[in-house]
Amino acid sequence: MTASIATNQTILVVGGGISGMTAALEAAECGKQVILVEKTPTLGGRTAQLYRYFPKMCHPTCGLEINLRRIKGNPNVKVMTMTEVTAVAGARGNYNVTLKVAPRYVNENCTACGDCGKAVTTEVADVFNYGQGKTGAKVKAAYLPHVMAYPQRYVIDPSIVGTPEGEAAKSACKYGAVDLGMKEETVQLNVGAVVWATGWRPFDANKIQPYGYDRYANVITSVEFERLADPHGPTGGKILRPSDGKEAKNVAFIQCAGSRDENYLRHCSRICCMATLKQTQYVREAFGDEGKSTVYYIDIRAIDRFEDFYAKVWQDKTVSFVKSKVARIAENAANGNPVLHGVDTEGYHRYATEHDLVVLAVGMEPEVKGVKLPDDIVLDSSSFIEGSKDGGMFGAGAAASPLDVNRAVQSATAASLKAIQVIHKSASTEAA
Amino acid sequence: MSDLNTQAVARYKNNFLKEVEERVEDGHWVKMCMQCGVCAGSCPLGPAWQHSPQKIFMMIRAGKREEVLGSDSMWMCTSCYNCIVRCPRKLPITHIMHGLANYAHRLDLAPKGQPTREIARLFWDNLVKTGRVNELKFSLAMYFKDGFAQGIKNAMAMQGIGLGLMKAKRLNPMEIVGGHKCKDIPGIHKMVAKAREIEDRRRGLA
Ligand SMILES: Cc1cc2nc3c(=O)[nH]c(=O)nc-3n(C[C@H](O)[C@H](O)[C@H](O)COP(=O)(O)OP(=O)(O)OC[C@H]3O[C@@H](n4cnc5c(N)ncnc54)[C@H](O)[C@@H]3O)c2cc1C
Ligand code: SF4
Ligand code: SF4
Ligand code: SF4
Ligand code: SF4
Repeated sequence: MTASIATNQTILVVGGGISGMTAALEAAECGKQVILVEKTPTLGGRTAQLYRYFPKMCHPTCGLEINLRRIKGNPNVKVMTMTEVTAVAGARGNYNVTLKVAPRYVNENCTACGDCGKAVTTEVADVFNYGQGKTGAKVKAAYLPHVMAYPQRYVIDPSIVGTPEGEAAKSACKYGAVDLGMKEETVQLNVGAVVWATGWRPFDANKIQPYGYDRYANVITSVEFERLADPHGPTGGKILRPSDGKEAKNVAFIQCAGSRDENYLRHCSRICCMATLKQTQYVREAFGDEGKSTVYYIDIRAIDRFEDFYAKVWQDKTVSFVKSKVARIAENAANGNPVLHGVDTEGYHRYATEHDLVVLAVGMEPEVKGVKLPDDIVLDSSSFIEGSKDGGMFGAGAAASPLDVNRAVQSATAASLKAIQVIHKSASTEAA
Repeated sequence: MSDLNTQAVARYKNNFLKEVEERVEDGHWVKMCMQCGVCAGSCPLGPAWQHSPQKIFMMIRAGKREEVLGSDSMWMCTSCYNCIVRCPRKLPITHIMHGLANYAHRLDLAPKGQPTREIARLFWDNLVKTGRVNELKFSLAMYFKDGFAQGIKNAMAMQGIGLGLMKAKRLNPMEIVGGHKCKDIPGIHKMVAKAREIEDRRRGLA
């Protein structure tokens, strides 16, 4: 299919995380036409996968809900999920964009009743719960990505299409919503400006050889730990370690896992110190005074007003700090405990300390790293998006720099304003 | 105090970091160390040493000149390169350690009788004499470095290996008299002297 559904007065926002939603809404609420494309089946991005938000320790679903309500109520925003940009031609004020829309195999009739999910037995990795990693979480091959998913519509995994399982899902649906004949589509758009809000992904912990994420069951990543702490997560919110399902009361956090390291990511990911300080409070919440968190760090970077949060955690008797980047992890074969080896910078003492569970505070790497972007896009030395040379495309949020939600939203608002300026300029040139 | 040392103390006063930056191979990297501790924790010999690379680098910045140059830690480095591979700041740690050892040796502040230092010295003297390493003389010099009685003991202990090497034609007993050499020995000596002159000028040691 090829259709032209936009004009050079339209703003395209790529990525439907908090930054993309914000950029889209800011422009739409100024009366601009916006198309918001998201690669996965739902809006929300990585923030939806967090248990709580620093610094206020509120639940991210709250902010997500507000934004979704704004999107639903605004006819200027058109949302396209399971969609990726494959090419951008043209220049500032007049781009021609090619989009690829993957089949969902479920149409608008879906009421999210869940009958198709009950009818199938095949399971696939639960991406929302980082099931490809240590949580090992699985979902049915006919699933809703998560409770807050938008659109509230099921997805059929391509692996069961053309199998009896696919047929079972189809016949279970009372609303004629399952359409196994859906095909990948290509869409052409004319837009005036593009905001890239493609976000981040956790650095691949397997690459940090001395930490043995690939070898030791009880070495997990910070994003996986968020899912363990969340009542909607695979353990129902219990902090249980992967090897034996035992409660992990003695947790080590390793900072700068992949970041600030010329061998991996050169940049400081900026949020992981705060993320760890926050996560020590998950341990406290779960086990009270019996919980024990140890933070191994180079420097704690709790920027500006977050310093208060750091000061509060510092007072917490269950949390201790070791100024040292852990050199390597071994495993106590008898009990599966990871053993951390290193040298403490405050006194140069050598340690070999055992913990129930190790959480690697992995760095943020741009989701578009390694992805073919339009030639005009300028990236920094860590592949974060700086913008386009012609001044018509902008980076926003974690795609532009490693940012927390608050700063990502500020960055998205700024990018949106710049996109609006491009549209205004091309409108006034045309009028003249 | 050696002349070179007196000159260095006068020149750098209390700025040991500057001295290292200018005079030690790859010394300008020392300021890039962020004291993370990875090298200290990764060095296979770490537990056996007094000063890990991390500690040495901090001591340099703290101006602990005598302790650093007199430390035997640099001499213990086996060049396994574990630290270089792991350092998040990509400091050429092994090279700095060797550079420090070399500088301490030049100033004659390195620990007296430190075995690695002695072996290096014997090896160097042996090599420059004829432009070729005389393995037999080098081995003997090593055995006898701690005196005659100890030398006999060492030689006896190594006898089997020595005979094996001879059988495999890896060690020639005739090397004891003269031994193989370069054609132009004075030329070799001139070359080595020139190299040292250039090196010393570059490092301000002339
Ligand atoms: C362990 C951890 C804990 C954290 N905790 C907090 C916290 O408590 N408080 C806080 O403020 N911040 C926290 N953060 C940071 C927070 O996750 C980010 O600030 C936030 O996710 C940035 O949002 P974003 O929209 O820019 O990117 P994302 O959330 O990554 O969203 C990007 C979206 O773009 C989509 N996308 C990517 N590529 C494409 C493409 N090519 N085409 C179409 N769509 C695409 C993605 O699918 C995704 O939906 C934490 C981070 C970590 C690692
Ligand atoms: S596809 Fe049909 S069966 Fe499945 S959730 Fe939607 S409406 Fe229910
Ligand atoms: S925020 Fe903290 S843990 Fe993250 S890279 Fe920076 S210093 Fe390291
Ligand atoms: S690993 Fe590198 S940065 Fe870290 S302490 Fe050693 S030399 Fe310094
Ligand atoms: S190269 Fe030397 S200092 Fe570095 S880890 Fe090996 S022995 Fe230790």
